[in-house]
Amino acid sequence: MAFLQKKHARGGEKRSIGWGVFRRCEGCRETLRADDLSANLEVCPSCGYHHHLSAEAWRQHLLDPGAWEEHDADLRAKDALGFVDSKSYDERILHAAQKAGVPEAFLAGSGALGGRPVQFGAFVFRFMGGSMGSVVGEKITRMFERGLERREPVILLSCSGGARMQEGTLSLMQMAKTVSALERLREANVPFLSVLLNPTTGGVAASFALLGDLNIAEPGALIGFAGPRVIETTIRQTLPEGFQRAEFLLEHGMIDLIADRPHMRATLGRALDHFVG
Amino acid sequence: MAHLDFEKPLVELEQRIRALKAASGGRGAEIDQSVRQLEAQVDRLSRELFDELTVWQKVQLSRHPDRPYFLEYAEALFEDLLELHGDRCFGDDPAVVAGFARFDGRTVAVIGHQKGRSTKEKVHRNFGMARPEGYRKAVRVMDLAERFGRPVLTFIDTPGAYPGVGAEERGQSEAIGRAIARMARLRVPVIATVIGEGGSGGALGLGVANRVLMLEYGTYSVITPEGCASILWRDGAEAPRAAEQLRILASDALELGVIDEIIAEPVGGAHRDPKGAAERLGRALRRHLDALSEVEPAALREERYAKVRAMGRFASV
Repeated sequence: MAFLQKKHARGGEKRSIGWGVFRRCEGCRETLRADDLSANLEVCPSCGYHHHLSAEAWRQHLLDPGAWEEHDADLRAKDALGFVDSKSYDERILHAAQKAGVPEAFLAGSGALGGRPVQFGAFVFRFMGGSMGSVVGEKITRMFERGLERREPVILLSCSGGARMQEGTLSLMQMAKTVSALERLREANVPFLSVLLNPTTGGVAASFALLGDLNIAEPGALIGFAGPRVIETTIRQTLPEGFQRAEFLLEHGMIDLIADRPHMRATLGRALDHFVG
Repeated sequence: MAHLDFEKPLVELEQRIRALKAASGGRGAEIDQSVRQLEAQVDRLSRELFDELTVWQKVQLSRHPDRPYFLEYAEALFEDLLELHGDRCFGDDPAVVAGFARFDGRTVAVIGHQKGRSTKEKVHRNFGMARPEGYRKAVRVMDLAERFGRPVLTFIDTPGAYPGVGAEERGQSEAIGRAIARMARLRVPVIATVIGEGGSGGALGLGVANRVLMLEYGTYSVITPEGCASILWRDGAEAPRAAEQLRILASDALELGVIDEIIAEPVGGAHRDPKGAAERLGRALRRHLDALSEVEPAALREERYAKVRAMGRFASV
């Protein structure tokens, strides 16, 4: 314990000098001013590496200022299985909420993009890796239903490791629920723009995320059914460079285009112009 | 006959019965008496053993090497099975078998995961782990079923969809998502049955239905117990513990509202009496198909939506 405390103290000291002022780019390892990085939407000014951007920052980046109404913020996870690993699921949720500053792994609401009303939703990756349990599935389903009811395009930003295993098959069934709702939206010819962020894998990839009328990815985003580690264990080979990255998916015909973060808003706007003019 | 550790006493008794029968050659009242006693013992022991199975033992039963696979049930239940091949894009996936067949005189589309029995066949069927082509073939057969107004029966038995390089290159995620979407839209009756392993998204790709049935010793899980254990405890050997936490048995699925009905298996499991298991499965399918045949096409779809729409548990503050 003493050792741990000492280490913590030292870490704290270090942070007081550099933390919040400088950060190292995860792409080129260059030291950057933290303010510059956040002013640039977390994109490295020298190499273009896209660092994680929070759901809330995405909302502010993409939607028109002002016209925002959050939906279904009252939904909370339930421990239907009595799941316990090193801690109980209830405790895990509590810690996740403290860490992420929001009660669940999905942000949904009504807003506008370029003056056009849209239904907007984004995964909160900091909340249990953006995993989809009953609450996330319900929020996404309601978002598709609301889009259908109001005939407003749906823009969904995926960033998730997949289904939330602590809710067992209930999480798995959220794949069926969300996709079923999406099918009703599709039949009514209301556009669904699916934005794939880093990472989008598992049950989120294998449900609605790749079923967009348009699938748009960020540069370098990891997108796939199985995670790279699972594949490596299965085939006992090292995976090639760039495997399952956005550029790889574009080459294999799985996504429509790649848009970098500064151009995402304009790209979505243009697509909507073409679809709902 | 392969057997699991806990089945050993049963298997040994059965061996003794066979030996006695062979020795008597059908004669000798004393031997007949011993055989009858032993048979009664087998029956009692089976019931005792199977009343007290652990979660992990049940998981092992769902993966039992002798457990009947889709084509064995198809053989027992259907006539005139016309198997169709290929996804019209890339290839044919032997891990999914799809086609049309007659069930009680009516034509149905049948689609199921298929595992292999011998080593060679296991490899050919890829251990029941479908690639994108498998799901695209399934969707193609669903399209045909809808156009010609035939009910769809699916049979789920997979450890999961295949996690390989080629599968990723050819869009495993999209293929599964598309299959889920297609099932959601079908205007014909759909009945899905978990006959063995219901492994994650790979299972759900054939699992959106008006009725979801499950054999008693089937499992349905969001992740394999091994995968869950390696994430949570960094040790695949903790799989039995993960299996308990994940609540993957048929009784759990029923309680969680994920399935509609459990089909009881013969004592000792489907592999000990495949014919009996097929009969029970056939009776359940017939009953549900009769009921669904009365429902209008649009209503079938609405009913299916209402069913998945209600899945999940959450609170509101």
